[in-house]
Amino acid sequence: MSQMTLLVNGRTHTVDVDPATPLLFVLSDDLALKGPKFGCGLGQCGACTVIARGQAIRSCITPVESVQGTEITTLDGLGTIEQPHAIQQAFIDEQGAQCGFCLSGVILSAKALVDRTPAPTDEDIDRALSGVLCRCFAHTRMRKAIRRYAAARRA
Amino acid sequence: MTPRLSLDARTALGSAGLSRRGFLRGSGAMVVAFAAARHAGLDTLVSAQGINGRSATALDAWVAITADSRVLAYTGKCELGQGLYTAQMQLVAEELDVPLSRVTLTMCDTAVTPDQGTTSGAQSHPANFNQANLALACATARQALVRLAANRLAVPAAALATGEGAVFVTATPSRRVPYGDLIGGRSFMLNLDAAAKRKHPAEWKVLGTPVPRLDLPAMVTAQLEYVHNVRVPGMLHGRVVRPPSVGATLARVDDATVRGMPGLVRIVVRKNFVGVVAEKPFQAIQIAEKLQVSWTPGPAIPAQAEYYDYLRRDRASRDTYLLDSGDVDQSLRGARSVVSATYLHPFHMHGSVGSSCAVADVQPGKATLWSATQAVYPMRDTAAQLLGLQPADVRVVFTRGSGCYGINGADTVTYDAALLSQAVGRPVRVQLTRRDEMAWENFGNAFVIDQRAGLDASGAIVAWDYEAWSPALGGRPGYDSPGNVVTGWLAGFTPAAAAPRTPAPAPNTPLSNNLNTAPSYVTGCVSGVCRGTGTVRSERVLSHRTVSPFFTGPLRAPERFQNTFAHESFMDEIAATAKADPVAFRLRHLGDERLRTVVRTAAETAKWDARPSPRPDVPAAGLARGRGISCVLYEGDNGYVSIVAEVVVDQATGTITVTRLVGAQDCGPISNPDGVKNQFEGGALHGMSRALFEEVAWSDQRVTSVDWRSYRTFAVGSRTPVVEAVLVNQPSAPANGAGETAITVVAAAIGNAVFDATGARLREIPFTPARVKAALSARPAATAYADRLYNPRRARISRRSGASKPQSALALRVTSARVQRGRIRPCSAWAARPISRCPISCAIARPSNVPRSPSEPCASRSTRST
Repeated sequence: MSQMTLLVNGRTHTVDVDPATPLLFVLSDDLALKGPKFGCGLGQCGACTVIARGQAIRSCITPVESVQGTEITTLDGLGTIEQPHAIQQAFIDEQGAQCGFCLSGVILSAKALVDRTPAPTDEDIDRALSGVLCRCFAHTRMRKAIRRYAAARRA
Repeated sequence: MTPRLSLDARTALGSAGLSRRGFLRGSGAMVVAFAAARHAGLDTLVSAQGINGRSATALDAWVAITADSRVLAYTGKCELGQGLYTAQMQLVAEELDVPLSRVTLTMCDTAVTPDQGTTSGAQSHPANFNQANLALACATARQALVRLAANRLAVPAAALATGEGAVFVTATPSRRVPYGDLIGGRSFMLNLDAAAKRKHPAEWKVLGTPVPRLDLPAMVTAQLEYVHNVRVPGMLHGRVVRPPSVGATLARVDDATVRGMPGLVRIVVRKNFVGVVAEKPFQAIQIAEKLQVSWTPGPAIPAQAEYYDYLRRDRASRDTYLLDSGDVDQSLRGARSVVSATYLHPFHMHGSVGSSCAVADVQPGKATLWSATQAVYPMRDTAAQLLGLQPADVRVVFTRGSGCYGINGADTVTYDAALLSQAVGRPVRVQLTRRDEMAWENFGNAFVIDQRAGLDASGAIVAWDYEAWSPALGGRPGYDSPGNVVTGWLAGFTPAAAAPRTPAPAPNTPLSNNLNTAPSYVTGCVSGVCRGTGTVRSERVLSHRTVSPFFTGPLRAPERFQNTFAHESFMDEIAATAKADPVAFRLRHLGDERLRTVVRTAAETAKWDARPSPRPDVPAAGLARGRGISCVLYEGDNGYVSIVAEVVVDQATGTITVTRLVGAQDCGPISNPDGVKNQFEGGALHGMSRALFEEVAWSDQRVTSVDWRSYRTFAVGSRTPVVEAVLVNQPSAPANGAGETAITVVAAAIGNAVFDATGARLREIPFTPARVKAALSARPAATAYADRLYNPRRARISRRSGASKPQSALALRVTSARVQRGRIRPCSAWAARPISRCPISCAIARPSNVPRSPSEPCASRSTRST
């Protein structure tokens, strides 16, 4: 066990964990965040996605020690029910979910894309979401929500 | 004073999608006290109210009114991602005339909600939105409130109306009594009144409108509590160690390698169940990986490559005639031509995106289980069996999980958590690994389906003969079979098994179609009661149920997905034999007007190009485009749907790109049009994934499709087809389900579109590129060549197009070469067989306008793949 300092959603946390612990477990257990979720533990589905250094990363295969001191954003950190972030609002507007378990992967992968590519092409969206699964298959609405967010951000 | 809510109460609120703060802010203290009493599990109060819903005829089991005129409603049908929370909120708001913001709906908690069995089978709308259960409770409550107000105001009930949570005098709306003043905080002490007047859809203001998902803001902002987020004070973390395969037994657990590992609390063994409990999740993972567990192998699993043959040979089957008019053999003998084909469907998995999770707190004589099960009361009873408790000692709190589609790992992981918690006497959370989720969930059944149909001289179907082989093991645990899922079996319970039975007895109960087996084109007559949707009177439906090497269970459109693939593909083959347009041919054999309507609507919306398939100008190479249609009345009585698929087939690679899925759906009165469309879209794409990619794989030892590399689907980053749904509203019909309709018809619609595009028939799911290429290679030259031979008009068109003739010649050359190499068996090889048992590609070798007798041997003109 070691003391680790994490910068998550604008707040600093110190946790005492095995440095090899996947970041996901620290976020969901030690910090009790609800956004990143355990989907596969293999980096194949995206349910555990967080943003670190502007990139959407898979927290289930990221050792916590590798992101010490890095600003990490989870789905919890974007907006609130009362004041959702523009991309969260776009998903509400398009009703872009069913069970919602995959939303960290979908929303944060899309946000990381649009933040660096404000006018993403369909191919850009294909690439950014190529490792994100939704088994309720709300794909159509999700992709509409991503385009709506990108358009709103440019406006 | 603000009453403190117990953890249970908070959890129940959380499961209802509410924050404690929001709940307290919006409620009077009396409300909170009332709600807290219910939520905190004051079981005496609860049972006195008859809430243990097998006898939930008491209005108080369903609805309560608070002092400030809020409505608390209780339902046994849960939100699984399908939008049912919002739809039920709309129902309550509509029937009771209260704003949505004043309704609190608690779903699926055995301490407080009625027993409505399982949320499954697209049955939630039929159960709760017709003249029964939740809808009837709300109507009964509204009627009671009007009567109370009539007394209070000394006005006849007929002169009163309801709105905004109050009863008012219709002529002078200022004379009003809020609901809370009439009964707030007290019980109705009434039974549901079967005659209570429900609102007609024409009066609807909330139902029937596209109310956005009420839970979505909490979902997109990560505020909604899933079962994966439940944290209980003192909670430990568990991990299970599964055997290699069904039938394996535990030989030895050696804990020497894990002794002293950080966080280890206990190694738990119960019969063949093995698990570890640790302080932290990562510790539990590390310990489970290091733990030395050896197993005595069970019986070898039949080889996957030969599994379909194995299924057909398995004689220990339970045989059932769903239909048998008794004259099918005779009708086939008398038919002008007979078409036959065999369809193959693999095991599919639910493959939920989240690995299943549960939290259990088992104490002596008492247990609380937080579970994403679709069946809280059955879970309560079976967990009690597993734990040696009485059902009344167990509370199951439904807490949202990853989308489930039938029975994913949610039930089995609840048992896992319960067993581990009981062993250590502390709350335990278990999160399955992806491998354990995928290797051990209850798969959707594999199927081998033989179809035969006879045509008369006019091209009408005169007989339909279905025979299928399908394996099963376990299933939903129900109220008494914990051995139906892996953990219960490991702990010593046996899966429910059907006794072998051959031959099948004659059908003696009217078609209920709960096996989702009958085709849409037969009359479905048993003992004079005809519940089919079609016109074919000579009908036989025979099923062989064998024992599966894997646990199986209901997967979205259970059995209907597999059977509809076979029925609707076969209908297309028959239409092609009859040289008929697939839409017109379907309509010719459908008697049910609502099913006919969705077929016509889907075709019109898709701008259906009416002509026989395959298209007249099939290219021999390169990209080929086509369209196909399919339809079904789901479960024989629960939702009408038809979908047209448009595809592009790359004949060089064998890849299918579905470009458009256009459909029409009729599920009775529509509660929420956007919710239905969301289900339609998701179902259509889910069906496409199952048709194109999904297949459980195994070796002789174990399941090998255990992650998203070995079990394929498609990502949000994949280009998806345009999906369009036309909703056919039927305000006066009973409510049907809408979650399992679209998915049911997609596979056949795609396969039929591929046939239209290429002339290649796909009879095995999934439609992998290799199978597509094999089907392209096996294309009977007849579909392109004989057609021109016998149809001078089309031949002229083909010649004018300049492309077809050489292509046909090429196809023939390829076929001849393969025949010479022995890879394709000529139809003459089947000559000993009567036409009624002739392989389909031989049967269709000759156009149907050329008479042939049923005793005539298979054609010698064409070839088929071996």
